[in-house]
Amino acid sequence: MNHTVVLDVADLPEHGLGSASQTYWGTLAFMLIEGTGFALSIVVYLYLMSLATQWPLGTAPPDLLAGTTLTALLIVSLVPNLFLARWARHQDLWKVRIGLIVMTVLGVAPLVLRAFEFPAMHIKWDQNAYGSIVWVMLGLHTTHIITNLVETAVLTALMFSRHGDSPRRYGDVSDNAMYWNFVVITWLPMYACLYWVPRL
Amino acid sequence: MTRHKEGDRRDTALNDAELQRCLTATWSTPAGLWGALSTVDHKIIGRRYITTAFVFLALGGVLSLLMRLQLAQPEARFIGPDRYNQIFTMHGTNMMFLFAVPVMQAMAIYLVPLMVGTRNIAFPRLNAFSYWMYLAGGLLLWVAFALDVGPDVGWFAYVPLSGPQYAAGKRADIWAQMITFTEVSALAVAVEIVVTVFKQRAPGMSLDRIPLFVWSMLVTSFLIILAMPAIMIASTALILDRLVGTHFFNPAEGGDVLLWQHLFWFFGHPEVYIIFLPAVGMVSTIVATFTRRPVFGYLGMVMALIATGILAFGLWVHHMFVAGLPRLGESFFTASSMAIAVPAGLQIFCWLATMWAGRPIFKTPFLFVIGFMVIFVIGGMTGVMVASVPFDTQVHDTYFVVAHFHYVLVGGAVFPLLGAIYYWFPKFTGRMMSETLGRWTFGLMFTGFNLTFFPMHILGLQGMPRRIYTYQPEMPWSGLNMFISLSAIILALGFLMFFVDAIRSARSGSAAPANPWGALTLEWATSSPPPAYNFMHLPVVSSLEPLADDPDILPVASGLRIDRRELLITSVVQAVPEARESSPGDSIWPLWAAAATSVTLIWSIFTPWAVVWGSIPVAIALIGWFWPKGVVEEDA
Amino acid sequence: MRIVRNGLLAVALAVSGCSGNQSAMDPDGGPAIHIAHLIIGIVAVCGVAWVLVMVMLAAALLRGRGRTGREITNERSLMRAVIAAVAVTVVIVAALTVSSFFTTRGIGVPEPAAMTITVRGQQWWWQVMYADSGPNASFETANEIHIPVGRDVRLELQSADVIHSFWVPSLAGKQDLVPGRSNILLLRAEKPGIYRGQCAEFCGLQHGHMAVLVIAEAPADYERWAAGQRQTALLPSNPEALAGQAVFLGKPCAACHTIRGTSAHGKTGPDLTHIGSRLTLAAGLVETTRGSLAAWIADPQTVKPGNNMPTVALTGVELQQISTYMEGLK
Repeated sequence: MNHTVVLDVADLPEHGLGSASQTYWGTLAFMLIEGTGFALSIVVYLYLMSLATQWPLGTAPPDLLAGTTLTALLIVSLVPNLFLARWARHQDLWKVRIGLIVMTVLGVAPLVLRAFEFPAMHIKWDQNAYGSIVWVMLGLHTTHIITNLVETAVLTALMFSRHGDSPRRYGDVSDNAMYWNFVVITWLPMYACLYWVPRL
Repeated sequence: MTRHKEGDRRDTALNDAELQRCLTATWSTPAGLWGALSTVDHKIIGRRYITTAFVFLALGGVLSLLMRLQLAQPEARFIGPDRYNQIFTMHGTNMMFLFAVPVMQAMAIYLVPLMVGTRNIAFPRLNAFSYWMYLAGGLLLWVAFALDVGPDVGWFAYVPLSGPQYAAGKRADIWAQMITFTEVSALAVAVEIVVTVFKQRAPGMSLDRIPLFVWSMLVTSFLIILAMPAIMIASTALILDRLVGTHFFNPAEGGDVLLWQHLFWFFGHPEVYIIFLPAVGMVSTIVATFTRRPVFGYLGMVMALIATGILAFGLWVHHMFVAGLPRLGESFFTASSMAIAVPAGLQIFCWLATMWAGRPIFKTPFLFVIGFMVIFVIGGMTGVMVASVPFDTQVHDTYFVVAHFHYVLVGGAVFPLLGAIYYWFPKFTGRMMSETLGRWTFGLMFTGFNLTFFPMHILGLQGMPRRIYTYQPEMPWSGLNMFISLSAIILALGFLMFFVDAIRSARSGSAAPANPWGALTLEWATSSPPPAYNFMHLPVVSSLEPLADDPDILPVASGLRIDRRELLITSVVQAVPEARESSPGDSIWPLWAAAATSVTLIWSIFTPWAVVWGSIPVAIALIGWFWPKGVVEEDA
Repeated sequence: MRIVRNGLLAVALAVSGCSGNQSAMDPDGGPAIHIAHLIIGIVAVCGVAWVLVMVMLAAALLRGRGRTGREITNERSLMRAVIAAVAVTVVIVAALTVSSFFTTRGIGVPEPAAMTITVRGQQWWWQVMYADSGPNASFETANEIHIPVGRDVRLELQSADVIHSFWVPSLAGKQDLVPGRSNILLLRAEKPGIYRGQCAEFCGLQHGHMAVLVIAEAPADYERWAAGQRQTALLPSNPEALAGQAVFLGKPCAACHTIRGTSAHGKTGPDLTHIGSRLTLAAGLVETTRGSLAAWIADPQTVKPGNNMPTVALTGVELQQISTYMEGLK
């Protein structure tokens, strides 16, 4: 079959940014998968609650302090995160480096608070179904904080390496920032479910 | 981003031979073991996936023959209850998770990039990773079976039978962890397909010019993305109940047995459409080619696909009509289950209209489509029957349902799949399959299938339940069971002939031209089999049937780099070119990542600490995978 | 050993006369009759629809055969035909949905006042508890449910271990027995007879051998049977049976089984107070005879591999005595 050239793409950029990047859409797709998982965990929580005669089962509602502090911290972390995304768009290497260090620290801090959240539930995973679901919900979300933290740390190292100053890396930083937004936003319904639904 | 970077070579000023040489150097997989282990070529991985899935099909088929041997006579003692329970569990699990879903995705891995006119699938390393995960999951299941620790709790693994109290040993854990393997791989492929279809379509291939098979795979991929998390959550909860003593499914501690069924079927029903919708796309493709006209009602077909996808999530309770849920709620699910007959009917009628208006050519792929129409419509009718609550209370968990879903899955998916193999085999291998053997295969399979499975409807109504390893001689079922077992031999011969034909043709079939069927979609615009880079120039599209406009000339784009793996990114709706993007080169890291993940997952059957320690090699492998290597593909 | 085994098999296989019918299309119970009518109706409608689609398929294929060159077909009329076919589909599924709904309504639910029998599924037998006529009148049996003809009976379905499903197709559709939940099934026999059913939800090794008999009798016969069941066990009438009772109470048997009127109060296995009066043994597996009792007690794992009854070491004489005793527990 003979080829007839009808289109010249020589002038297009060598790498797509934002919605022209595959990783952007890939990240969205993975967020959809994980978001479905989060949503289902909430559904399981509410389902078990609907079957129980009293809720929480055999214990008091969780203490608010650790979880609420963590929630506030996560919300606050959105501010530097948004700046980081903007600096990445502007391909400002030094600001991106600083932003990534800040976000790495802001990834560790919630883990410290999370360590206080598990005991604040007043129940263990193997005591009853309520304990099982709250531990799994906390665990599921913690996994996401950890994976994002590792990713942020690796990106920070990358940005200080010779590979750093590249549009591809800035794109990775943007996607990473987008993913952190997702980790924070999905926490809000989980926080409401874990801490406030038992108080209804 | 200047136009003429140092060392930047373009495809513009080269003659065809030189261009092909450069593209081959950039894109081809090196020979040898290392090349085979590190390749990211969607065609090589796709072929591997398809072959592996067909091996699992053959193994699953052998299991079904063993079951038929046992059931041919009452109180037979060829197979004891323990082994029989493993066998039927393996048959279902294998066919659903290791054959049906992967084979459909495998076809898409091979075909979608070609059909949308690009050079590789999106995230090709993830694709390689997904294959290794799938293979590891399959090996886990079959090695366990060979060692007599195969799961024996049914492919649905209902609690509490699969829970800590009633399923001692590791059999149920192996089932649950095999789920993790196959779901990880299925989800990865779904993401790849979505991004490939969204962002890598040929310039000009707007949404209304996407081939129907690609549409069907897009909808299927979204179904996978939304349905599979449910089974991941369920199987994880099951493993936790078994390993660390959680109580999700323990009614004594506030858990619930039916929670498992809700989660399982919220995945399990869409699963049926995850298998069926790709087949719909294959049927549409074959019908268009062998009636010499486009499928009637393109828009209606696309809408039917989407509607089926949405409705698929509103049906799960019809698997639980006898579990004791409120009757009013069940009536809603009767209505929604029946409603899915409407988009299914629309598609059937559109194909009939296409055949009516076209010029049918009765080649083997088309014969399989005709067989599909005959068999699948019966499956659809029995589907309407089991959607009715009172009807279902008599046939649920009986051989009637066994007949029903084999009519749907074998008739609705395997027949189109085999037609699709006959259809695309020349593209996959560069050789034609035998038309004579193909007709015999079809004849044997069509006859064998109906003789095997139709009588099961009657057995079900006569009171024969599913999943029994034997039955008592005073029951009036012996005659039909013997008849079914003998008929199964005919069906098995059909499959055997298919395998013989495929293996023989792959070695010594007659050479296939680029477009043996005179088809009109882009995968036929390149040689059979396609070169590593798929297309010498990336095609540009201006209609739904790009090859119909001028059979001798392919409009293409130029200006891409040939010294790195490069393809075009286009906009989601109109497919306007946005960027020249690189496509990752071969890498061994996906294999290491899959190996580390596999070890972690299998280890975690035995101790929860495996997740902690295993995450370290997994993290190392992933960092190695993504860390820049300073290659041209990282230019930006 | 082989001879014994074959003999046991022969016993296991040679059950006759007490099977009863087990078919959705041979209904003798109110709910099953309603459903059978629905089944016939839906199958007829779907059958006609399938034939019509096949006629269209054949016509479409034959019409274009051998045609050359693209023919201009009237896409508008084709579109009209497709829309009409979809409309007919909508009407059919709507009609079937409505008829299904009305069948459900027609079957109805048992009155709370109806006679209630509790059925507990166990791996792999049915525990049957009657408690309808006052606390002292309650009694327990296994694998065999007697009901009076022409009366609504309310089955309360529970499970002791995994999920089972109660299904006697000639009387009613099936209903699961779910651990932690209690389900209700309406049973009503219109004619006296023996109706066989079996577990319909996969429940482990012996799911295939978990049958139940429903015996529908005239109300007077039923009352006579129930009065008999309320009695404690008959005293052994001959020395061999008496010796059998001693063996039963002396061996581990009594740890799992109850025989009312004796010191055997085990709760794990079926209540054996009137086992000799039951038609079958081991959940419908074999007819109750002295021989089948002996075969079962001697080697339950060969007759029904994997079941929860252990083999208790007995001498030949003890085996004979104990089976004589069991057979006499009418």
